[in-house]
Amino acid sequence: MYEALSQFAQTWGLLLFVLLFAGVLVYALWPGNRERFNKAAQMPLDDAEGPEGTDTGKGRNHG
Amino acid sequence: MTNIAFPAPRKGGAEGFLIALILIGVFFWSLYAVARGGDPLMEQQGWLIMAGSLIGLIMLVGAFSNGGPVNDESQYAEGVIKAGTIATMFWGIAGFLVGVIIALQLAFPNLFYFADFGFLNFGRLRPLHTSAVIFAFGGNALIATSFYVVQRTCRTRIAGGLWPWFVFWGYQFFIVIAATGYLLGITQGKEYAEPEWYADIWLTLVWVVYLLVFLGTLWKRKEPHIYVANWFYLAFIVTIALLHVVNNLAVPVNWFGAWSYPVMSGVQGALTQWWYGHNAVGFFLTAGFLAIMYYFIPKRAERPVYSYRLSIVHFWSLIFIYIWAGPHHLHYTALPEWAQTLGMTFSVMLWMPSWGGMINGLMTLSGAWDKLRTDPVIRMMVLSVAFYGMSTFEGPVMSIRAVNALSHYTDWTIGHVHSGALGWVGFITFGAIYCLVPWLWKRKGMWSKALIEWHFWLATIGILFYIAAMWPSGITQGLMWRAYNDLGFLEYSFVETVEAMHPYYIIRAFGGLLFLIGALMMAYNVYRTIRGGVEETEDRVNPQSSLVAAE
Repeated sequence: MYEALSQFAQTWGLLLFVLLFAGVLVYALWPGNRERFNKAAQMPLDDAEGPEGTDTGKGRNHG
Repeated sequence: MTNIAFPAPRKGGAEGFLIALILIGVFFWSLYAVARGGDPLMEQQGWLIMAGSLIGLIMLVGAFSNGGPVNDESQYAEGVIKAGTIATMFWGIAGFLVGVIIALQLAFPNLFYFADFGFLNFGRLRPLHTSAVIFAFGGNALIATSFYVVQRTCRTRIAGGLWPWFVFWGYQFFIVIAATGYLLGITQGKEYAEPEWYADIWLTLVWVVYLLVFLGTLWKRKEPHIYVANWFYLAFIVTIALLHVVNNLAVPVNWFGAWSYPVMSGVQGALTQWWYGHNAVGFFLTAGFLAIMYYFIPKRAERPVYSYRLSIVHFWSLIFIYIWAGPHHLHYTALPEWAQTLGMTFSVMLWMPSWGGMINGLMTLSGAWDKLRTDPVIRMMVLSVAFYGMSTFEGPVMSIRAVNALSHYTDWTIGHVHSGALGWVGFITFGAIYCLVPWLWKRKGMWSKALIEWHFWLATIGILFYIAAMWPSGITQGLMWRAYNDLGFLEYSFVETVEAMHPYYIIRAFGGLLFLIGALMMAYNVYRTIRGGVEETEDRVNPQSSLVAAE
């Protein structure tokens, strides 16, 4: 039982983790996602903008 | 019927009914526990639980007596966050105070030994201190900030109407039950998981509701992307639920008594306990507070996250690696050596995502470094991230078996934990409080910037005293414990190693006292800010509207 489990962990487990990590890297670095992530990086700064144009966050990072 | 009770139908009736049912259930359970409790300790706890359920019912009636709770979707819910901010401060000061007391008990055991008050001695107060600072102070900070951040970054009011309030009060109730239990001597004897089964079941209920409130808010978000801070909060909530349930699996001796037996015993129990214990550090004290970092540092520095891509890699690698690191607490024990090595390897690997996150936090200030000089709140946050980097470097080093042979069971561990807890967790929380209070109470800034400066410097110097004492203390301890003489006998008796610690313990208590004084200054500053009349202040925050932001 122990042999089988450790065998599994040391081969498929390793492969799974490497693939997962590669997947995360590909997702994070995918050029098509650039726009979305740049926008997401600004999310905390844009959230103070009220519906009635109470401008508190907008424009700060464009100039 | 409901129309008579609530002429204008409002949302909240059903959830009010459910909460009332829960509280009535708790009431009858505690009634039975008091009347025919399995043991005298449970009878005392039963009265407290009964009082808690009654207070809860009265508050519920209060919430409905003014026509039912208001759930205006065009406004962010801020009341529960205000309550959470105050609770954070209250429990923080309580926890720091108990910390100073037990530090003094170690430094001056003759002066601070209370023969007539057994419940105030070290063995009872130590879990009170750790639970108060981690779960009461840290937990309230996490619940309050998560409710704030998830609403703002999802641009929607929090889900669940009254349930967020249930989470808040239910959590305070858990803290009180757990803390009074420790003083009475009720404990499972598991570090950081001391509360007994009945408190554990209550916390499970509160935590599941917390998860549902958080998920419900994410579900109705107006923003397509889920901001990275919410990922960290979600990982924290989900993992803590899992850890808490598995590590506390137990069979009560009596369904109305205080005691239980754990399902897992021996080395399996130890491994589960440290899988829990280390991930309490990883997901409670790290992932949750990283969420605070990823929202409040950009907000205060008025700069976007340095690299959003790095934050994604940071998140996934951190949560996948952390969960394996626990066995490093069990070097040289009955745990199989391969499992120890596995824990050690993953701990060393953790260095990378931790430092990736640290760099991301620090570099968010690029273009705003001048604020370090002018804004003590930014300085607190930056120092916090610096302590995060330092303790996540030290941690992997200490997890290496050969280093652990020297460091384990010594004060080095205590120093390490406090550089993380006081430095990283404490300072990022203080920073968040200094942002939240003016935002929530609609003030221009904190009442006194000078007091923030004082808080910063006192707390910083306090931490330095603390860790500068614990390093040499721990290494001295480790070296004395392993010293042999020519004949192969131990060189020192245990009490000689205790005696050698005396000066360090005095320095440590002094450092803790400075940290406590800093926190008291914060409390006064917050009190003055909330009381109002802040006309002139040098501390400035950008106001945050209560109205739900447009898409």
